[in-house]
Amino acid sequence: MEIFLQYDLPSILLGTFAALACGLLGNFLVLRRQALMGDTISHVVLPGIVVGFLVSHNTSSLPMMLGAGAAAVVSVMLIELIRRLGNIESGAAMGVVFTTMFALGVVLLEQTGAAGVHLDVEHALYGNLESALWLEATSLNDLLDWHKLMLLPDEVKQLFVVTLLILIVIVVFYKEFKLTSFDPLLATTLGFSPKIMSLLLIVMVAVAAVAAFTAVGSILVIAMFICPAATARMLTDKLSTQLFISGVVSLLSGVGGYILAAFGPLWLGYDFSVSAAGMIAVTAGALQVLAMLFAPRYGILTRRWQQKHSALAN
Amino acid sequence: MRMGGQKARLVAQQGEPVSAYNPDDNPFHVSGLTVAYHNKPVLWNVSYTAPKGQLTAIIGPNGAGKSTFLKAALGLIPRLSGETQVFGQPVKTALNKIAYVPQRSAVDWDFPATALDVVLMGLYGKVGWFRWPGKSHRQKAKKALQAVGMEAFANRQIGQLSGGQQQRVFLARSLAQDAEVYLMDEPFSGVDAATEKAIVEVLRQLVEADKTVLVVHHDLETVNDYYSNILMLNGQYIASGPVETAFTAQNLQKAYGGRLASTQLEGLKAKSC
Repeated sequence: MEIFLQYDLPSILLGTFAALACGLLGNFLVLRRQALMGDTISHVVLPGIVVGFLVSHNTSSLPMMLGAGAAAVVSVMLIELIRRLGNIESGAAMGVVFTTMFALGVVLLEQTGAAGVHLDVEHALYGNLESALWLEATSLNDLLDWHKLMLLPDEVKQLFVVTLLILIVIVVFYKEFKLTSFDPLLATTLGFSPKIMSLLLIVMVAVAAVAAFTAVGSILVIAMFICPAATARMLTDKLSTQLFISGVVSLLSGVGGYILAAFGPLWLGYDFSVSAAGMIAVTAGALQVLAMLFAPRYGILTRRWQQKHSALAN
Repeated sequence: MRMGGQKARLVAQQGEPVSAYNPDDNPFHVSGLTVAYHNKPVLWNVSYTAPKGQLTAIIGPNGAGKSTFLKAALGLIPRLSGETQVFGQPVKTALNKIAYVPQRSAVDWDFPATALDVVLMGLYGKVGWFRWPGKSHRQKAKKALQAVGMEAFANRQIGQLSGGQQQRVFLARSLAQDAEVYLMDEPFSGVDAATEKAIVEVLRQLVEADKTVLVVHHDLETVNDYYSNILMLNGQYIASGPVETAFTAQNLQKAYGGRLASTQLEGLKAKSC
């Protein structure tokens, strides 16, 4: 139990909070047909992260988050500007801004010597889930001990705060997000600015992406923005239920993915473990495939089965 | 006959104040509206005052800027010039008096929402920021669904409804908004006969309640039966007024050019006599 608490639990928490933060926001990205916005944002924030890091010299800090948020807002404005001035579609504008900002981030990273300190490309892709430790934990009671909990790695606490923040924003602005996602024109006539709401969404996505990506890497971040929401969409026709299901799917992926990564090879007789972040993404993908096949109304196999039966009944 | 109205409109078109009219009485007054997409003008200097408590059809050929007129007048899309007044107020501060019904294709019907959810959205303005709609809003939304004969489908996901039923949900949403001016973009496009009848009935009730209703309409055959007034556009203002005086072969020729066969014109003319 001690080993589990010290070595596994922090990683599980990290993976699960990252999955939750991205998975919940992903609902609105998927509904707005902007699923790849998560991808774009998780790349354009790099220059912001580097600048934030240069100011603070700390890899898990508020300045980095602020830098990322600012970079995201600047990017959204640049995309809009290029779209208007260049008269081109937003996908193309997104492509231009996304590569330029990412390249700027890489140049900054190389030129300023920040590359030495945990901010390298590999880290950015695969994350560093397994390095989270809680060596102070000795028994289950520590889970209820505030002082011991505060000794959890900074990344865990930070992701917890970000997840909580996202949950609060979604609950408070649920109606506004729903309306502006479904019918921006009506939203405008009712006085709910779709522009403000989508900017809020983008900033939240940037914050989630940054908080998650130092821990779990950008691959998992992108997977989590899309998979839980898309899975939940297959299972319900109600937005509130969809949000709830996507949360459950994120939890399942986070916990299940880590356990499969850490112990799966062991169960099969091998003596190594695989990348937890990768396994979490794979689990989320697998859950989505299951939903696509067996969902009660939209599942491919379910539909086939129903067609067969109704054909027989006729 | 109607010279007064004609004159007022002509003067308004030149952007000068008209002494004999009280702007507070005008539910929907547009002046000098010009819109361009990618440097190509779509609407050119259109001025129009909607008659209060009347049902007006906005007609014109494809690409005449009918939908653009509504959207630009509401400020939903950028305009080069022009302004809209609602009961004498700038439209921006009077949007709560307006219910806009977009074309059915404007939204994603796969969205996870029920018919009741969509109607409730019309009430979000009254609910206000941060607050969740309550029981009274729900009841109001149900009533609106009832008015269009859709109460049995309240809990159906909107993607599972037919085109006509979706249109009726949109209509119910605008009823729930409880506005003074109703602007509808092609509510009759692609609907079944039952829906068409239901919509016409609702439009009549709105007019009876002294609401001002403007409807983008495609089917010239039914203009006479459904509407009391028309506004005819073809990239610019062509004509407006009561159906009897403005819906003439001459105006139609002007708006549609060669696109209407002369036999069609004859038929319509015969109908309006």
